[in-house]
Amino acid sequence: MAIAPDPSDLLTTAEMAHFVTHGYLAFPSVVPEEINEAAVAAFEPTGALDMLRAKPDSGTPLADLYPDPSPVGAMLRLPRVQGIIESLVGLDAVYDHDWVHTREPGDLADQHLHQDAIIDTTLAFDIQIFWFPRAVEARSGGTGFVPGSHLRQVNEFEIARYQNIVGQQDFVGPAGSVVVFHQGMWHRGRANHSGDRRWLYKIRLNPTTPQVRRWNLADFDAVHGRPSDHIFASYDLNSAAQQFRTPEPWFEMAASRLETVNRSRLWRYVTGDGHFDADWYLSRTEGREQLDQRAG
Amino acid sequence: MSPVPTRQQVLFLYLASSALDTRVVAWSSYDGAGEGPTPPVEADPTPPYATGVDALRDGWRLLQASPLQRHLPGHERDTDFLLHEFIFERLVETTTT
Repeated sequence: MAIAPDPSDLLTTAEMAHFVTHGYLAFPSVVPEEINEAAVAAFEPTGALDMLRAKPDSGTPLADLYPDPSPVGAMLRLPRVQGIIESLVGLDAVYDHDWVHTREPGDLADQHLHQDAIIDTTLAFDIQIFWFPRAVEARSGGTGFVPGSHLRQVNEFEIARYQNIVGQQDFVGPAGSVVVFHQGMWHRGRANHSGDRRWLYKIRLNPTTPQVRRWNLADFDAVHGRPSDHIFASYDLNSAAQQFRTPEPWFEMAASRLETVNRSRLWRYVTGDGHFDADWYLSRTEGREQLDQRAG
Repeated sequence: MSPVPTRQQVLFLYLASSALDTRVVAWSSYDGAGEGPTPPVEADPTPPYATGVDALRDGWRLLQASPLQRHLPGHERDTDFLLHEFIFERLVETTTT
């Protein structure tokens, strides 16, 4: 049975709001060097041919994954990583799949932009943990991603045509960094101009119980705010609503408010507060929908 | 005198609205006269033009603009693809036949 994480290892409400808004959270250098190097040594024999590495079965409970001694298991059982997982999908999550991705030195072909798996229609979400056991410099194959794309409903490589999007990022960071993505994030393997192989271990986890208020709630009231938070009425610049109404630099004018609604709906799911709103979009339309229903 | 062979270059601009004079939020290009990897590696991803009109003024010819479509009932608030895609072309002379 999993041990409850220390509250200091859980995410804060502010971090959860960032995840809901942008679809990712980055944690530089959370994995110690000895685990990073043990992982690279374990991955070396199979490299990019990760299907040859011994793996768990899909559906395996998180607590049963990679028993000791295992560098992957050691990473997953780090208190901070356990706290991150608990906050987002719960420690009763199950293993979906994992894969070791490499980008060879001098491989200048960018992968096409895509979402993983298939088009998703649920508010419940998986996470994908990206672990970089070696440092990744700029232009060295760091995973490219598009903040704020996670709530767009597209199907895998349909978006391959999009080469450059304003605000896109490439991961850059020290060894042992972990980036946690919402499963809907648009991403791609990037060209590696360096002389070193880029290593990435990626694991997808599925929740099995509601993803509601699992994080450290010490800052909840301050961040959650009021359902009446409305940029054209009264508002709080420190609220989650302020994050949700702030567009990514690539959002189209007509889509920006819809993305505020997408974020608000996801926030309702993770907070369990069916009355949360940002800029009154949901409250306004839900009120009218009730009148329509009464009119038959 | 035989005609000079040409190749097509194609530029996709995604704009902030359906108006051609709004800002570029995303872009892609394919070069029928070029060599090297496709899609091209962008070391410094800066939009090639600020707006679609700027591309016209630089000689690109507009081939297609995203139509304004009725929203699907029940999915009026869904977001998915980039909304405002404008496809341009220009022909460049080449020594390749």
